[in-house]
Amino acid sequence: MSVVRGYNFAYLDEQTKRMIRRGLLKAVAVPGYQVPFGSREMPLPYGWGTGGIQVTASVIGPDDVLKVIDQGADDTTNAVSIRRFFARVAGVATTERTTEATLIQTRHRIPETPLAEGQILVYQVPIPEPLRWVEPRETETRKMHALTEYGVMHVKLYEDITRHGRIATSFNYPVLVNGRYVMSPSPIPKFDNPKMHRMPALQLFGAGREKRLYAVPPHTRVESLDFEDHPFEVQTWDDVCALCGADDSYLDEVIVDDQGGRMFVCSDSDYCRQRRDAGHAGHGGPSDLETVERGTP
Amino acid sequence: MTAETNRPLLRAEGVSKFYGRHVGCRDVSFELHPGEVLGIVGESGSGKTTLLNCLSAQLEPTAGHVLYDTRADGLTDVYRMSEAARRLLMRSDWGLVRQNPRDGLRMGVSAGANVGERLMAVGARHYGNIRSEATDWLSRVEIDADRVDDPPATFSGGMQQRVQLARNLVTRPRLVFMDEPTGGLDVSVQARLLDLLRGLVNDLGLSAVVVTHDLAVTRLLAHRLMVMKGGAVVETGLTDQVLDDPQHPYSQLLVSSILQP
Amino acid sequence: MYVAVKGGEKAIDNAHRLLAEDRRGDPAVPELSLRQISEQLSLAVDRVMTEGSIYDRDLAALAIKQARGDLVEAIFLLRAYRTTLPRLAVSRPVDTTAMHVHRRISATFKDLPGGQVLGPTFDYTHRLLDFDLAEPSAEVPEAPAGSPRGDPVPRVTEVLNREGLIAREVADDPNAPVGDLTREPLAFPADRATRLQNLARGDEGFLLALGYSTQRGFGSTHPFIGEIRMGEVAVEIEPEDLGFAVEIGDILLTECETVNQFKGSKTEPPQFTRGYGLAFGYAERKAISMALVDRALRGRELGEEVVAPAQDEEFVLYHSDNVESSGFVQHIKLPHYVDFQGELDLVRRLRAERDAEAAQ
Repeated sequence: MSVVRGYNFAYLDEQTKRMIRRGLLKAVAVPGYQVPFGSREMPLPYGWGTGGIQVTASVIGPDDVLKVIDQGADDTTNAVSIRRFFARVAGVATTERTTEATLIQTRHRIPETPLAEGQILVYQVPIPEPLRWVEPRETETRKMHALTEYGVMHVKLYEDITRHGRIATSFNYPVLVNGRYVMSPSPIPKFDNPKMHRMPALQLFGAGREKRLYAVPPHTRVESLDFEDHPFEVQTWDDVCALCGADDSYLDEVIVDDQGGRMFVCSDSDYCRQRRDAGHAGHGGPSDLETVERGTP
Repeated sequence: MTAETNRPLLRAEGVSKFYGRHVGCRDVSFELHPGEVLGIVGESGSGKTTLLNCLSAQLEPTAGHVLYDTRADGLTDVYRMSEAARRLLMRSDWGLVRQNPRDGLRMGVSAGANVGERLMAVGARHYGNIRSEATDWLSRVEIDADRVDDPPATFSGGMQQRVQLARNLVTRPRLVFMDEPTGGLDVSVQARLLDLLRGLVNDLGLSAVVVTHDLAVTRLLAHRLMVMKGGAVVETGLTDQVLDDPQHPYSQLLVSSILQP
Repeated sequence: MYVAVKGGEKAIDNAHRLLAEDRRGDPAVPELSLRQISEQLSLAVDRVMTEGSIYDRDLAALAIKQARGDLVEAIFLLRAYRTTLPRLAVSRPVDTTAMHVHRRISATFKDLPGGQVLGPTFDYTHRLLDFDLAEPSAEVPEAPAGSPRGDPVPRVTEVLNREGLIAREVADDPNAPVGDLTREPLAFPADRATRLQNLARGDEGFLLALGYSTQRGFGSTHPFIGEIRMGEVAVEIEPEDLGFAVEIGDILLTECETVNQFKGSKTEPPQFTRGYGLAFGYAERKAISMALVDRALRGRELGEEVVAPAQDEEFVLYHSDNVESSGFVQHIKLPHYVDFQGELDLVRRLRAERDAEAAQ
């Protein structure tokens, strides 16, 4: 794809990129702290990943290899669109392979393949404030962060257990970063939360509409909030991936007919392909009606 | 009355609050000792709620000081503390019971969560323990254990007020501020709540500042009384003394305007 | 000598002449045809039809032309026309499951029967100004065939419903007549049909902002787009003397169904809930916003705490209509000489009294 004329490398001008990189440096220095930044209007709508795109645009270089995923897959429309955008405005190499990428922009998933030192994972974040659900006012939430007043987060978890017998948050599950700041992991499934803990790769988060950046530096402690007697747990499935047989990956439910037939396949399309290339295969067919997501035991 | 020490728990020094040219309260000074309950009475507009807000670190006075005997540093000006220290004080060593329980409770979450919130705020992380402690405190305010998972929105006004009390007492505060705690309740419900309050204050050795326009409340709860008018204290003394032999004409008017027991 | 301001009639006539002249613009530029508006500004036409609550592309195009592109003004024109029309029949409910689909997407399932059909969407365009469009273009390359889809496309909410995972929606009495906001005033509490009617006619910008506020925590409902579908549906009427339904034409609709946060308790199993949005033409922003606000307004019946603006029935339903709000907001530019004179006099008197007191 030819590089578009009339725009700077990676769309943003260099001044803006520097401003964002300064914000990112601060974010790395204070893990989990939300750094306000002068988010720019982007040629994609708010909610499509304008924050992630600005972060990527600010840290990408000509030698980078970019992978973009949405819902874990490279072939989802928004992932295709963002990948094309950077191919057009930066002319960088793109890949679908997790291991080949130096920079991965994601919406709603962390790849199944463990990330390595030197890689950067950029999250698109819709609502950066983990306290937003208990306190809509920004002035108050900033104070709560500053004073480490996080008791109310546990009120929500307490209420979940009281009502449902378990913590009923399945995605955007709040975490405590480096023992200090409560942070939104972005709307990834809680299945992915443990991958954030002491991840060797740098994790950067961009929220365009809300104008916030935050970060988790490599090898940082990231703990999911819980109770001692109701410890954090991730989702499991009764079935395996119909295509590659994986029993350790996050599965998407696909409806195959209007009689309620369904099958489960890896959400991470690259991981699934790797496994199939290595000779793994699933049962290929639909699952029993009973094999719906079991959730945490 | 429980033993008084020489050191006050709370001291007001010339507390004044002006709203522009309007006087909220003027030059109020007093000391409150551990285990003591102070009643502040006066009609609507007398400045008693303004004073309570100044004392409870919610409204900075225009002049004067409010000092509290903190566990760590002794008598400290509450408006000179860091905000972090002040907010910690307000959710652990202090309690604040509001007239309208809706202002003091989370109406959408269970009574147990309401009571447990302060425990979680100071670091409790065991669901079972938090819930059983909440249940225990709810039973002390005479709310059945089988209502612990229901939200206060489903409770009567009197019950809501008792949940608010339990929510405040769970961290075993030393000082509780109450703003018309029985206001808006039926007379029979008021009596039961007052009885409960008196028992708790005695059992826990609580100190309290109670603002009310209802002299019956002060007779039952307060050891000492301050009568306010137009933002100023016009009379102060032991409750029985003030109620039975008021000196200031305004106190006399106030006392004569209610039915004697 | 002073002459009092008069001659309102002449002023109005002149104003209208100026308006007509400005509407036309430079006479050297060819005049817009209604067909051009209808074909090339079709989304403006869709919005005006939706909020004007009448499905007629030609009339909407005319209103847009007459209103010089001011869509709220065009909606007003259309409403004022609509109110004069006789009501010949009431249609049967349209069956959107049988929609001839041009676009159908679900954000809750990666794939599903009927598939994900992107259709003519802005969603994945890069918002870079296309300077090629500045000049009349040559032929537009034909889009690949394959759409619209013909076969019935099952609804996502039905898939969830089969497992009992989503709250059922059954009208209390399916045969009861549906209220008509254009004939009866609002009363509270309003039933859902009335609320939906109000929202369908409501200002897109207002609903957008309200829907947005729920996403930012002011009355959160945790929505997922279960499904958006856009396409043609048949409109049928059942004339009384005939006894069976006859099709009178097709209309283009956009429908949005959201799947929202579940509620449950020890006694009730958790279930997802729904929000619903429907608009004439291709009006996705409107349909999604409407579904968010519809769901927020159901707070009371679902036993949620009602605290945010979007959950407040009176606040939302009384302020959603842009013909009402545009009129009332702008009416303050009308003469208020008399009222103001009263105020002016009062302030002068009060000040004079004060000065007199001060002087004593």
